[in-house]
Amino acid sequence: MYSQGLIGAKTETTEDEAFLAAFQARIDAEEKIEPNDPMPEGYRRTLIRQIGQHAHSEIVGMLPEGNWITRAPSLRRKAALLAKVQDEGGHGLYLYSAAETLGVSREEMTEELLSGKAKYSSIFNYPTLTWADIGAIGWLVDGAAIMNQIPLCRCSYGPYARAMIRVCKEESFHQRQGYEIMMHLARGTAEQKELAQDALNRWWWPSLMMFGPSDTDSQHGDQSMKWKIKRFTNDELRQKFVDATVPQGEFIGLSFPDPDLKWNEDKGGYDFGAIDWDEFWRVVKGGGPMNRERIAARQKAWDEGAWVREAALAHARKRKARREAARMAAE
Amino acid sequence: MAGASTVSRQALTAFLLRLADDHLVLGHRLSEWCGHAPMLEEDLAMPNMALDLLGQARALYQYAATVEGAGRDEDQLAYLRREREFSNCLMAERENGDFAHTMLRQLYFAAFMEPAWQAMLSSSDEALAGIAAKAVKEVAYHIRHAGEWVVRLGDGTEESTRRMKAAVEALAPYVDELFESDDVTAAMAEAGIAADPAALRPAFDAIVGPIFAEAGLDWADVPYGQTGGRKGMHGEAMGYLLADLQFMQRSYPGAAW
Ligand SMILES: [Fe+2]
Ligand SMILES: [Fe+2]
Ligand SMILES: [Fe+2]
Repeated sequence: MYSQGLIGAKTETTEDEAFLAAFQARIDAEEKIEPNDPMPEGYRRTLIRQIGQHAHSEIVGMLPEGNWITRAPSLRRKAALLAKVQDEGGHGLYLYSAAETLGVSREEMTEELLSGKAKYSSIFNYPTLTWADIGAIGWLVDGAAIMNQIPLCRCSYGPYARAMIRVCKEESFHQRQGYEIMMHLARGTAEQKELAQDALNRWWWPSLMMFGPSDTDSQHGDQSMKWKIKRFTNDELRQKFVDATVPQGEFIGLSFPDPDLKWNEDKGGYDFGAIDWDEFWRVVKGGGPMNRERIAARQKAWDEGAWVREAALAHARKRKARREAARMAAE
Repeated sequence: MAGASTVSRQALTAFLLRLADDHLVLGHRLSEWCGHAPMLEEDLAMPNMALDLLGQARALYQYAATVEGAGRDEDQLAYLRREREFSNCLMAERENGDFAHTMLRQLYFAAFMEPAWQAMLSSSDEALAGIAAKAVKEVAYHIRHAGEWVVRLGDGTEESTRRMKAAVEALAPYVDELFESDDVTAAMAEAGIAADPAALRPAFDAIVGPIFAEAGLDWADVPYGQTGGRKGMHGEAMGYLLADLQFMQRSYPGAAW
């Protein structure tokens, strides 16, 4: 689903000034950087971190939504949800491939996820409690993902930009599908409307947190902007998201859990209340309701799948040996 | 509904529901893996097959609803029938077990359905022939995918071979049920709607046999085969599957989603 405002990447780099200036000139000329091009170590490290975080988010994001596949309320909704969760897995796959072009393997990245060294979007550390959460995630979480990812389609690193173009099309389909679930609930029975409102109440603030720390607190933002890995600041993207989403919620008769939310004519956007950054950091650091379960589920799949992966390798080796033996015998 | 002239509405509905239940229940089992597969590629492949099965189940339920003519729709057939009314084969409902069990179950079901769909391509019932035309392509992929895994695991490491053999043992009692004939299947065969299941066995063996040979697997002896699914007598795990599947429709009676 989505990459959160990047947390914890070190952009420092040690190349000499002529190298950095030449690199910056290519960036400023809007040239795409390709895997074999020279690049500052800090650029490579930042991208590995960001693409890895994004890939992990897609994979961990399969869990909260996967939680409702077997319980989806109609066959049509079940098919749509299965397809959506499968798309997220596909996004993970392209993203791991994009990161691999920078010289890091999927296994290494997976181990960093499991050890807690690599982060994933904190939104997935909240539980999906009702069916309406599937609507809210599609609408809000995929919606926030799109805000982040559309500018990433122009990211200076070619393989990441190209992966994002493909991913963005699917994310906007997910967003519309999620909104359609919410609309259906909001216009349904009183109980269904209550489900929708409750889901919005729980997912709204965590969705705003998906854009990452406020610009005043984000240390690496400037360098990422200069290298055109990022094109907008966290706060700019958050504002765009609020401005796009609030009218959609009002249109279906839902209210937002923020008494300070109101249209500001002068700035041409919504003002909104203060984000609880203590909650944000608590969840990032492992204290969200589902952090342990999410990693435990990934760890279990990884551990219990080890014999399958080993068998596939062993079988491939045996086949190769048999082919070679047959060729030798024929010669 | 070309077959309606020669076969009772009731028998055709019963036949379609069996087939639909098989696909829904097996698709449900496969979808339980989503997000928990041994590798990312399988986290894509298993939902993919589950989606195929669900799509086939929906087409079959929708057609069954039309044939039945009782005003029920696909969701009422899937979500509001009770356990004893479900007529899926026992193979489809077997719990996932490990990846070896899941892939072998998939291979068995696909190898049973492949010749069944092939025969339905020329069904006297045009609607069913239409469903078969799409399904036959999908099931070919399921055989390839599951078959490749059965070979890899059977001829992989010591552990994978042991697990694959255990899966063969565990699922063996549920194979023969697939090929059972009764009044419903006899009526379908007579009307040219679908093949007699017993007649599908040679084709099934021709699919599974070479895969087992390559995997180094032998058929397990089955002193006591299990049966009853077609009559609504299921395993103990089936009630939990339905509790999960039907939870929302049972919790909010009459709501539309
Ligand atoms: Fe994403
Ligand atoms: Fe995604
Ligand atoms: Fe998505």
